[in-house]
Amino acid sequence: MSALLEVDDLRVWFETPAGTIKAVDGVNLTLNRGEIVGLVGESGSGKSITGFSIIGLLDPPGRIAGGRIVFDGTDLTGLDGESLRQLRGRRIAMIFQDPMMTLNPVLSIGTQMIETVLTHRRVSRDEARARASAALGRVGIPSPEERLNAYPHEFSGGMRQRVAIAMALLHEPDLIIADEPTTALDVTIQAQILSVVQDLVAEMGMALIWISHDLGVVAGLANRIAVMYAGRIVEEGAVDDVLDRPRHPYTQGLIASTPMANQRGEPLRQIPGMAPRPLNRPEGCAFRPRCAYATDACLSEPSETAGPARSWRCFHPLGEEE
Amino acid sequence: MMAVLTADTLTGRALRGVLDSPKATVALAVCFLLVLAAILAPAIAPQNPYDLMQIDLFDSKLPPMSRGYSGMLYILGTDTQGRDMLSAMLYGLRTSLAVGLTAGVLAMALGTMLGLIAAYMGGRVDALIMRFVDLMLGLPTILVALMILVVFGQGTGKVILALIFVQWAYFARTVRATAMVEAEKDYVVAARCLGIRPARILFAHLLPNCLPVLIVIGSIQVANAIAAEATLSFLGIGLPITEPSLGLLIANGYQVLLAGIYWMSVYPGLLLLVLVFAINVLGDRLRLVLNPRLAT
Repeated sequence: MSALLEVDDLRVWFETPAGTIKAVDGVNLTLNRGEIVGLVGESGSGKSITGFSIIGLLDPPGRIAGGRIVFDGTDLTGLDGESLRQLRGRRIAMIFQDPMMTLNPVLSIGTQMIETVLTHRRVSRDEARARASAALGRVGIPSPEERLNAYPHEFSGGMRQRVAIAMALLHEPDLIIADEPTTALDVTIQAQILSVVQDLVAEMGMALIWISHDLGVVAGLANRIAVMYAGRIVEEGAVDDVLDRPRHPYTQGLIASTPMANQRGEPLRQIPGMAPRPLNRPEGCAFRPRCAYATDACLSEPSETAGPARSWRCFHPLGEEE
Repeated sequence: MMAVLTADTLTGRALRGVLDSPKATVALAVCFLLVLAAILAPAIAPQNPYDLMQIDLFDSKLPPMSRGYSGMLYILGTDTQGRDMLSAMLYGLRTSLAVGLTAGVLAMALGTMLGLIAAYMGGRVDALIMRFVDLMLGLPTILVALMILVVFGQGTGKVILALIFVQWAYFARTVRATAMVEAEKDYVVAARCLGIRPARILFAHLLPNCLPVLIVIGSIQVANAIAAEATLSFLGIGLPITEPSLGLLIANGYQVLLAGIYWMSVYPGLLLLVLVFAINVLGDRLRLVLNPRLAT
């Protein structure tokens, strides 16, 4: 069976008056059905842009400058707007960070959900309403039938995110892109949402791309992890493998800067320096100026080293010496 | 009624906001009474001022509170042809309101449509529509309306057309600005991610979020339309003499004002003033309570 999603050497450029910003600069990502990939990285590393490219919603001046996005055998970069629109919400769906903002404040939940059903399916209004109600029930919203008449402001943040997830799941899509959906929620609600998502993915066999900067969340949720830095995936592999034995110094830095319960009292370790400005990234390895292991070799571009179920882009991968 | 007042809907917020202010409450009551009087004019007016059988030329130019030949009481006096001023004003109010509301609503529809299209399409379409809006807003309203009426001639329909032509730009500019702000919000991106059709996003998602501003400019533009129509009629190029509006009544009385026959222009003038003032007070209050930036 071929992969559900194959992103091949994706490049997304933003032409601005100041120059071309290469937000995504050669990303490779493969996703099978039922698989959860955590896409982690700092703000501005291109994780969200990668997500928006897959769902076909890059706004100008952003454009796909190269590469392919093959979804279930079709190259999405070659599709016209209408074909992409028909895919969105039906086969690929997206969940966003801020549940306060992703529902239209003046329309009832029912109106918005029924509209989503009717956009992609020729069913009666009653049938659409029944589907909407069932979707609300599936994400654990009590008395879904009555809640359909409620407006977004009548829900709490966590409930609103559940509604947003229910809307994304209405057509049982093959792929869900979740763009930091728990960042705006407090930790207990975050845990609830995570378990809802985990159950649904297992139950419906969807693939999930979970974009996050929270390694802790990804560690508990994803099968695989892809670490992005300056528009590239610098390391990828099974979640435990990558977190236990990071090969790329950046991944190591990310892990070290995550607060852990067993390091109480110790100062948190930071990655020195700042993420490079997208307009003038350093030559060669973009992480070089911040890397403790950098040598002259790093002045040229590191290519991808692919191990079994594991890949990284570094001249001096960690754990090589032993 | 109480349910409307407590609900957190647009109507609820608007109504609560108006009733919270005594000034706005009075304005609302005045508007309501005047609209009611205009609708009921044929039933409550002492005479039909345009039925020549009911008008007595012997009763012309009678001051307020005088009795006519037939014993009829003219509360606000009569005009030069013996017409009861109160009846003429009620019918005039009817015409003024009908023309003002029709022009206001149609201008709102046209302006909203063009504003939404400009905001959504962007690029050249946007530039074209907005340059035209700039042009319209740069020219004095009355001058443009005057020119249209001079070229196309008089008539109720033409006055309405002229008023739409000079007013749509206000709606277009405001709706475009509001829609562009709304279009940036996540709920629009989310709707696009769900594959909702563009036309549906435009009319079902963006338009309802533009309603608060639309109500506010709508109310003020209706007042402006009524005033503009009165001005045009006063200048003698507005409505035909057979359907006198308040403006035309003022103009008719103006000719004899210096002869001491004040009631023929002053009373219609006062009525026009009260009407436009009440609508404006109401509109100002709505702007205060519906503007999201001023809302608490």
